[in-house]
Amino acid sequence: MIAEAGHYALVLALALALIQSTVPLLGARLNDGALMNVARSTALVQLLFAGLSFTALVWLHVTSDFSVVNVFENSHSMKPLLYKITGVWGNHEGSMLLWVAILALFGGLVAAFGNNLPLSLRAHVLAVQGWIATAFYLFILITSNPFARLANAPAEGRDLNPVLQDIGLAVHPPMLYLGYVGFSISFSFAAAALIEGRLDAAWARWVRPWTLIAWIFLTLGIAMGSYWAYYELGWGGWWFWDPVENASLMPWLAGTALLHSALVMEKRNALKVWTILLSILTFSLSLLGTFLVRSGVLTSVHAFATDPSRGVFILMILCVFIGGSLALFAWRASALKQGGLFAPISREGSLVLNNLFLTTACATVFVGTLYPLALEVLTGDKISVGAPFFNLTFGPLMVPLLVAVPFGPLLAWKRGDLVGAAQRLIAAGVVALLAVAFVYAWTRGGAVLAPLAIGLAIFVIVGALVDVAERIALFRGPLSISLRRASGLPRSSWGTMFAHAALGVTLIGIVCETTWNSEYIAAMKPGDSTKLAGYEFKFEGATQRQGPNYRELLTQFTVTENGRLIGAMAPSKRSFITRGSSTTEAALLSRGFSQLYISLGDLNDQGAVTVRIYHKPMVLLIWLGPIMMALGGLLSLSDRRLRVGAPKPAKAPRVLQPAE
Amino acid sequence: MRRLLAALLIVCATVVAAPLAHAVQPDEVMADPAKEARARELSRELRCMVCQNQSIDDSDATLAKDLRLLVRERIAAGDSNKQVIDYLVSRYGEFVLLKPRFELHTLLLWLLPPFVLFGGGLGLWLHIRRRGRDAARATDAPKPLSADEQARLDRLLAEGADRT
Repeated sequence: MIAEAGHYALVLALALALIQSTVPLLGARLNDGALMNVARSTALVQLLFAGLSFTALVWLHVTSDFSVVNVFENSHSMKPLLYKITGVWGNHEGSMLLWVAILALFGGLVAAFGNNLPLSLRAHVLAVQGWIATAFYLFILITSNPFARLANAPAEGRDLNPVLQDIGLAVHPPMLYLGYVGFSISFSFAAAALIEGRLDAAWARWVRPWTLIAWIFLTLGIAMGSYWAYYELGWGGWWFWDPVENASLMPWLAGTALLHSALVMEKRNALKVWTILLSILTFSLSLLGTFLVRSGVLTSVHAFATDPSRGVFILMILCVFIGGSLALFAWRASALKQGGLFAPISREGSLVLNNLFLTTACATVFVGTLYPLALEVLTGDKISVGAPFFNLTFGPLMVPLLVAVPFGPLLAWKRGDLVGAAQRLIAAGVVALLAVAFVYAWTRGGAVLAPLAIGLAIFVIVGALVDVAERIALFRGPLSISLRRASGLPRSSWGTMFAHAALGVTLIGIVCETTWNSEYIAAMKPGDSTKLAGYEFKFEGATQRQGPNYRELLTQFTVTENGRLIGAMAPSKRSFITRGSSTTEAALLSRGFSQLYISLGDLNDQGAVTVRIYHKPMVLLIWLGPIMMALGGLLSLSDRRLRVGAPKPAKAPRVLQPAE
Repeated sequence: MRRLLAALLIVCATVVAAPLAHAVQPDEVMADPAKEARARELSRELRCMVCQNQSIDDSDATLAKDLRLLVRERIAAGDSNKQVIDYLVSRYGEFVLLKPRFELHTLLLWLLPPFVLFGGGLGLWLHIRRRGRDAARATDAPKPLSADEQARLDRLLAEGADRT
């Protein structure tokens, strides 16, 4: 009953999406306010039905209704409640349902909070949202129905893939989807602007908060996924250049570029055409990511769906939306007027440079991810493009970008003073050089590149601080004045500082982890001990334990530093009965920003266990950086100009107002 | 935000799930640390062909183990890094390389990034220069009137003169 209700709710949501994608356009054509306002109500009711449908699936999973195929294949009655809920999107059908539910959520948000949008713009935006929603509702209903029933309900389910039975599944996919799908809003705004043929600075102001929200979630989602991979895969890697990771990195790079170009458009009314194109590309890359992951075209660790009929359907959606939007762009973009002029050395110029590098980085990831597929399809040759390729191509692109980051905010709009900016960055440069010398001396002439990279990171961090210090005239007058200026500084300036400094923080983590990590691999018996990076690890003993849906070999280690006990670590190995597979549970111990990491391998005949112990210096900075970036994004989002700058809603009843 | 932090804290505080990944086994490690380091470095560049985008250094598949041992065998036999790679490519094809060689069929792969960067840079430079020139022209002294415009102006002035 619940399953059928959920299914029916989805069908109703499709019907509403169809209305939403047509009637408001007709309204805009006829200049009929009532018809245009249909978009608002359909978007809200569609959210209700998509939400109901999703809730129904959650309910089926929680109550372990094994008469539903999706529940039978991915759940187990003994599974802990948290994983029963997260298991809903731990499979193809459920994750697509989450995708459309989030799409409906964003549509509903635009409908609910878009009161200050011009009526026809809102109608167009919601209509485009309706098209996307229609395509994906159809995809789910035709190829991936999560509510399909089994004729004879089995007594027990097949359980969720043990790898996914983790808190990471509760956080990572929803965050990522909020990011992916969030970019649909900027896409819809871009398409609406092209259809209307009207684009002004206010448009950028409306788009920017939505882009920021999506970008914040995508940043956190990627970081969370990276941390999950780090502790899950048992050898402490945190980025693998796996196609599925690349699929999330591409929209992030394009989205980051979009955030910056939208800034130029909002402040200076320039880069309009480019901003529109980026909005289209960012969501297109999100769609591409969905295609890569959901079609099973890549057989990689994340792709747990492999069915060509689905792949073809998503490929069609991909072609229609990307092709359609680019065609619309080619047709209408020339109608958009070119905006303000600026000298190459200016804030705008620096943001253009940022866009150039981010776009190139995105293109690099794009070609590296898709080239092997294309080559195999076209010539049958099989090649691999993996981490060594990306490290060699993506890495060098980031260096000039990071060098340029501190300069950008110090340049004035229209015409900047590069020498002046460089002079103000002398302090940052000096600190960076000191850092290089210090790190080089401390590591006694080890790696040469690593100290330089740390110097670059310090330059970026101090440079970000210099920007704010300059703005509040720190050290150039009484502290009280600086403090007053600091409190009056727009939040977006603080946001910039956090987000830019976070780049340096992440870089320090990456450099330290890759250059100075140490590992120890050996077969150990209870009572054995070993030393690594100044810590002594003692294998105390092993015990067997019964978990809710698995059996577990639990080991105990104690860690001492200079004879002083600093903690216990308990890595273990779990065997899942239903799926017949096992997982190793890494144990982590944080020391400041560094971590100790133990994971277990096989038990051999003599009762010894293969043990891997790692010391990962400064590794937590890799994820602290993105959290800081997201914080910067939040600060920027709370800036008052994004709330009060846009035109206020009219007092008169809007329904009766003709659109302009 | 707070929820994420809470989730991260939970993750940090608890022991967490992982699939069995073994990679290098204790019995594979070479006695000479310098040679072992070379073996590890090479292993990271070689693909485990039966796995999903994993290097043989990361993978626990039997094939990866065989390849790791093969790499170490060749190193022990005194091969240079290049010789080891060539040997593996001759045996397993180019698919084994995680970083494809620069050849005709990988031309686009290697050249696209610099092409986008320099092409984009050049395009931007030309665009800015052209727009700058257009703007300069627009703001400079007004263009001289064309013959038609001059005639029209004369006519208008003449009309004005008639009326007074």
